[in-house]
Amino acid sequence: MIIGSLPPRYRVSVDPVRCMECGRCIENCAYGVFSRDGDRIQVNSRNCTACHRCIACCPRDAITLEEHPCDYRSHPLWTREAKEAIYNQARTGKIILAGMGNALDYPVIFDRLVLDACQVTNPSLDPLREPIELVTHLGKKPARLDLRRREGGDVELRTTLTPNLRIETPIMIGHMSYGAISLNAHLSMARAAKNTGTFMGTGEGGLHAALYPYQDRMIVQVASGRFGVNIDYLERGAAVEIKIGQGAKPGIGGHLPGEKVCADISRTRMIPEGSDAISPAPHHDIYSIEDLAQLVRGLKEATEWKKPVFVKIAAVHNVAAIAAGIARSPADAVVVDGFRGGTGAAPTVFRDHVGIPIEAAVASVDQKLRDQGIRNEISVIASGGIRGSADVAKAIALGADAVYIGTAALVAMGCRVCGNCYRGLCPWGIATQRPDLVARLNPDEASNHVANLIRAWTLELAELLGAAGINSIESLRGNRDRLRGYMLDEGLMQVLDVRSVGA
Amino acid sequence: MDGSGIRQALSMMNERGSGEGAGYAAYGIYPDYRDCYALHVFFDNIRENKPLLDSALAQWGTIEHDEAIPTYGRPDLRAVHTPWRYFFKPDPSLAPPGSAAPEDDIVSALVMQVNAARRGALIFSSGKDLGVFKAGGWPEDVADFYRIEDYEGYIWLAHNRYPTNTPGWWGGAHPFNLLDWSVVHNGEITSYGTNRRYIESFGYTCTMYTDTEVVAYLIDLLVRRHGLDVDLAVRALAPPFWEEIGRMPAAEREWNSALRLTYASAMMNGPFAIVAANREVMVGFTDRGKLRPMVVGECGDRLYISSEEAAIRAMEPRVESIRMPAAGEPVIGRVVA
Repeated sequence: MIIGSLPPRYRVSVDPVRCMECGRCIENCAYGVFSRDGDRIQVNSRNCTACHRCIACCPRDAITLEEHPCDYRSHPLWTREAKEAIYNQARTGKIILAGMGNALDYPVIFDRLVLDACQVTNPSLDPLREPIELVTHLGKKPARLDLRRREGGDVELRTTLTPNLRIETPIMIGHMSYGAISLNAHLSMARAAKNTGTFMGTGEGGLHAALYPYQDRMIVQVASGRFGVNIDYLERGAAVEIKIGQGAKPGIGGHLPGEKVCADISRTRMIPEGSDAISPAPHHDIYSIEDLAQLVRGLKEATEWKKPVFVKIAAVHNVAAIAAGIARSPADAVVVDGFRGGTGAAPTVFRDHVGIPIEAAVASVDQKLRDQGIRNEISVIASGGIRGSADVAKAIALGADAVYIGTAALVAMGCRVCGNCYRGLCPWGIATQRPDLVARLNPDEASNHVANLIRAWTLELAELLGAAGINSIESLRGNRDRLRGYMLDEGLMQVLDVRSVGA
Repeated sequence: MDGSGIRQALSMMNERGSGEGAGYAAYGIYPDYRDCYALHVFFDNIRENKPLLDSALAQWGTIEHDEAIPTYGRPDLRAVHTPWRYFFKPDPSLAPPGSAAPEDDIVSALVMQVNAARRGALIFSSGKDLGVFKAGGWPEDVADFYRIEDYEGYIWLAHNRYPTNTPGWWGGAHPFNLLDWSVVHNGEITSYGTNRRYIESFGYTCTMYTDTEVVAYLIDLLVRRHGLDVDLAVRALAPPFWEEIGRMPAAEREWNSALRLTYASAMMNGPFAIVAANREVMVGFTDRGKLRPMVVGECGDRLYISSEEAAIRAMEPRVESIRMPAAGEPVIGRVVA
């Protein structure tokens, strides 16, 4: 024995007094924690992922879960995570994979920004009594308008506007592919998007035929693997999004294991059943900014210049200059994905260490575009770690036009952020393709949950705007005067262009 | 009209001020220098600051004449600046190539540059044949300090300030002016951060520490540089709600949507009533919810716009009509020769 077994991460216990041996925990746990031993429930804590499915379905509240029941000697540098990564790699010699977003303890900038409200000198507005507009248009806008008055007083518009995407609320559902998540999860979110007047991304897994009824609410993605991309796919979407990178793993591609590529996924992605779906790190037809512009133009040409084209990039150090380059292409929006963005699977070293937070990225992108006088050329969509309406408001005040949510939408469908998405055993029926698990997610109910979440945030946004004396979302956009930094350092406050609380 | 009428009108609304700032703008007061830009300047220190401005102006054109603006000491008004005026002709050949209005471009760039540099000189008025007169104090004291009854104008704007942000600072008093446009404002602009970031990306620099300043620049941008009609510019600043736009006939809906999309960041939010004027028009408008009052009176070919009816009646006892426009509805008076 060189390393031996590591202490279990969780301890699950079943209170024998409360337990009525109904066995729901055994049926529901996809990881094999529970088994029946005569009239007792046996527990194997080592298999537990803290997905909470058993706790959620136990009718008697008999199950408790404890994290790190047996820890190592505490040490500020040689933490549990550092040591276990070494044990793991010493055994395997491999790259460590993990699911969901950045798990390192970086400060959350959103939580150090506070919003403003009116007192005395201007009245706050009551959304129940006065209109508060959250309608947002994504796409290129002209820098100026040629509006002439004809004889007789009619106004003539001589500027031709690029088609924009109109959303009723500045909250959209980001790209998570069919394959990484289940068809029922996709269906639920698509229905929610339709019911709330917003849009949802397909991810790079193509568009399953079951989603065709919602296609006018879908943004179809073109990623480096080009899975599922053909002219039919492009024409079905309301907009097209080129994915260059994602916040959870900037600079690298993706990998959907062959086991997940069932018949349906094979058809949707247009790849053989059972084969690994590997997205290369770069697009092999994009080696420069002008190549990207060419692809944007190509996609625009293919869809007859009727559909907005977005470009998604991971928030990296030079994100502002990259966004300025994208703004000079015919692209309509740049999606900036911060380093807290989720994923089905990413190397831990990338997930935790590469990229920058969305707050700083949006602030610098907005500033750079303004400095160059091209902010109107492109909309900015922020994503990666948006947890609530306050984050939405702060992202918009820093300069975003709208946000994408990902993890939050999954959480609305039951996800507990256990981070084991890559294992394909999601007991909530979200990040899995196993038919019995997928069937657990009822799209009728789940779509209501996601729609409720978007509606609730929309209501809260209206309240926040009203309190700030603002009756239209565009007057919050880039309005950093309505933010203050609380315990942020000077350098970061300069990047965010916000003043300190009290200043 | 000489300035005595508006002095009296303004004094009806002293409840709306705090005695820390008031001002007047008058159009048509410098017929002898009709073709010159009249630059009104506050110097902190004549000896130290004036030579710098003199040389900056000489670099960009010709100073036809300059003098102290005549002032008359008032016991309740402490003069912290020396008001000065220049009649200036910029050299159009020095404008950036391709400039559509070389003289205007030079003067507005000069104003931005001088004010941003903060070298003890603040150009607070820069149009032709017009001038702003403002100071810290009650409206009557400011009027008497400048003896505004000595000026004859065809458009007058006036304002009484209740400062919350920069009390006492003369630059913070209204009207705000850039080139031909002058603005007075009752309210607070909650979208100031958005508007400032927008206008600064067009080369304007906000230097007065107050939200009203952006209004003057926004109007300058939309009307002078983007060539919009005044009523369309006002519509961009206080546009109809999307719901209303949705109910419009197709062609109208199209241009109204285009206006909102293009000028989203120019749109002004928060409670306000604003009166702006240039040499040809005077326009008054409120925010889309009309959270500040605006009353309009007419008498013959004269148009009055005020926060209160009392002020209009003080100035024009025989006023023929008084009305209160709807929220966001602009009131436009055009000068007829």
